Amino acid sequence: MTTTSPLVEMRDIEIGFPGVKALDGVSFRLFPGEIHSLMGENGAGKSTLIKALTGVYGIDAGTITVLGEQTTFTGPADSQAAGISTVYQEVNLVTNLSVAENLLLGHEPRSGGRIDWSAMSSKARAILQGLNLDIDPRSTLGTHSIAVQQLVAIGRAVDLDCRVLVLDEPTSSLDADEVEELFRVMRDLRAQGVAILFVSHFLDQVYEVSDRLTVLRNGALVGEHLVSDLPKGDLIRLMIGRELDTLDALDDAVDASAPPRSTTAQPVLTVVGVGRRNTLEETDLELFEGEVVGLAGLLGSGRTELARLIYGADRSDTGDVRVSRQDRSVSHPRGALTSKIAFSSEDRKHEGIIDDLSVRDNIALAVQAGRGWMRPIPRAELDALAADYIERLNIRPPDPDALIRNLSGGNQQKVLLARWLATSPEILILDEPTRGIDIGAKTEIQKLVTTLANDGMSVVFISAELEEVLRISHRVVVMKDRRKIAEMPNRDLTVDDVLDVIAAGGVS
Amino acid sequence: MTGLVHRRLFWPTALLVALLALNIIAEPGFASVRLQDGHLFGSIIDVLRNGSPTLLVALGMTLVIATRGIDLSVGAVVAISGSIACTIIAGSPDPGSIGVVAVAILTAVAVALVLGGVNGTLVSIVGVQPIVATLILMTAGRGIAMLITEGQIISVSSPAYQVIGGGFFLLLPVSVLIAAVIFAGTALLTRKTALGMLIESVGINPEASRLAGVRSRSIMMTVYVFSAVCAAVAGLMISSNVTAADANNAGLFIELDAILAVVIGGTSLAGGRFSLIGTLLGALVIQMLTTTVYSVGIAPELTLIFKALVVVAVCLLQSPALSRRLARPRRLTPLTKEVVS
Repeated sequence: MTTTSPLVEMRDIEIGFPGVKALDGVSFRLFPGEIHSLMGENGAGKSTLIKALTGVYGIDAGTITVLGEQTTFTGPADSQAAGISTVYQEVNLVTNLSVAENLLLGHEPRSGGRIDWSAMSSKARAILQGLNLDIDPRSTLGTHSIAVQQLVAIGRAVDLDCRVLVLDEPTSSLDADEVEELFRVMRDLRAQGVAILFVSHFLDQVYEVSDRLTVLRNGALVGEHLVSDLPKGDLIRLMIGRELDTLDALDDAVDASAPPRSTTAQPVLTVVGVGRRNTLEETDLELFEGEVVGLAGLLGSGRTELARLIYGADRSDTGDVRVSRQDRSVSHPRGALTSKIAFSSEDRKHEGIIDDLSVRDNIALAVQAGRGWMRPIPRAELDALAADYIERLNIRPPDPDALIRNLSGGNQQKVLLARWLATSPEILILDEPTRGIDIGAKTEIQKLVTTLANDGMSVVFISAELEEVLRISHRVVVMKDRRKIAEMPNRDLTVDDVLDVIAAGGVS
Repeated sequence: MTGLVHRRLFWPTALLVALLALNIIAEPGFASVRLQDGHLFGSIIDVLRNGSPTLLVALGMTLVIATRGIDLSVGAVVAISGSIACTIIAGSPDPGSIGVVAVAILTAVAVALVLGGVNGTLVSIVGVQPIVATLILMTAGRGIAMLITEGQIISVSSPAYQVIGGGFFLLLPVSVLIAAVIFAGTALLTRKTALGMLIESVGINPEASRLAGVRSRSIMMTVYVFSAVCAAVAGLMISSNVTAADANNAGLFIELDAILAVVIGGTSLAGGRFSLIGTLLGALVIQMLTTTVYSVGIAPELTLIFKALVVVAVCLLQSPALSRRLARPRRLTPLTKEVVS
């Protein structure tokens, strides 16, 4: 394979956003007829690299060479013209049109200015045959499973004379059989000489289907390896890495293995049999004062779902969430906030920030909502509140009037933390509070969580990065396939221990 | 924040000034205001008085739009409110008495509270899309007004009632004073309490607001009720001014003028940040346009086309897409988020 020259070569790519360097000197090659996996944790720079390749983002430095010719993409159309097609995680098709219309949307065969339906049908049939997909091109797309829709999206991409196919998390909503179907199509395309860039959270799938992989971490290239040369364990180590120098900044204050300072006999929060259909099996959880409980598990394991059900962001079908001190149940966000529970969603953009409002208003929102609109927070108090949190959490720029949309991800996250802390919660649920933010802000947030727990707050901490979960949690709850499979005190637990538990489906 | 407000208000202000200049050139006496019998008279005063109902309706519309909604029923509410008031007054043995007029006004406003409540319930509790929910009352409302007036144009001769739309107080037309008081009250209510911030929060990001514990249902209910009450007062002004209730024509297309006023004032139809001053400017622009058509001598048939052209121009000038195209940033606002092929 290495005898041929690369189809696409990206060299020393740099892309920066305000406050974050998303890609720092990353190089990446794609050869014809290979399936190449792009690996890395959340925020490693995978999606930024893909967006640079597909022309969505411009690059600040570096070169992109396609078929030996150096090119500059000024938009997605350029990239497509160069033969690079992308299928995203959520299928971007028109579900109420037919399969054929979707396959050929925008370049329908025409005769005399009108769509030639019979040519369309036969052309669509040919594409479907090429994918070995036995469905009627005249059927409505929406009547097919997500997997078939995904394959139709691929068929559409391939038909556009594509040499490079980018598949971003195509398997996240597929079941095992459907994944096999997708892999079969991928292998067929590989045999035809198409280069496939594959992104998946599932290591097993990566190992099953890919030939080569490139690992990114924190926007930098870690290495390019042949899959056959790299055992899984080594790959995980490369992905997670050891950010030693910055983590040393987290001094002994973050001694997670120490038991919580004061453990009351009574839990502050009791979750009994909480579950929701197709979301989470019935789950129990207890939370004690001054304790950080980490929820570990892969994407879709139920960790986020559990957090949302506790807070009442989603309604549970079964079970009960009780706050001991007030002895009341929680079933919706307002109730949770009155019961001194706060929840910071993983989806900062859609469920967190109010992007057109100022930092001050964003900080005050939850407190103000609790008071009702008729009792505004007095202006002086409001200013003091904002100034206090801006200083305590080191929010940059330190301007309460700045619109939150103009802040970097890390600072937006700090503003959201301020919003929840301002409600003086006793229980704080943080879902991926450090996702996609730079390492400095990450460390600050980890420190803050530890300090809060030392002061008696109970924290539920969710992160895709197991290292981070282990670093600050007193106790770790392991989730898999929408249920809790283990719960263990964090006494010198290692990432490998947790991965073993996930692999084994429980503590042996 | 001041920079934003300034940028937002720049174009409506410029437009208003331009229209004013155009009128003064066409009719040099346009800007002059004279005192006669203790009342102020002049073209400017006329613009203010005739613009008052539009301003009131636009005021309510601003808050509705800020929550990502829209209220198409305001024209119908204008008709219903005028019909109720005039029917009560015309049916009473003593139409001139202040008591009868007060009962008429209060009844009209009370009915508006109910109508606004129906809109608010449909939108916030039942979850009907605002445009559909208020379309129901928009269509049914004129029928209700016809039922009230029994299909007749009800004229009233009540000096007390006439004060609302035609009277003067402290030199100024009463309708201008009423609009000014309600405008100031709304400004205080939204900016001195947390109502404005919470309305914007719900309009910008409903899900994040819900998770932050904002009572978005009661906020939506409040804005639809407020909008209906504003429309009812506008209906009283209009029927008082012409001393008659016309179920078919009172407030016809006023919802469109109000929406235009809000948009010209820089509040986005996508919801979120709103500007009451912007809406004030927008309402004045709309009224000035109508006046300009006459003073410049444009044929009345062309009035609506002229209005439309001006509105298109303002919207283009304010459009973020256009300014983005002119500025051409390189990134962070990808023109195409997702590409299938």
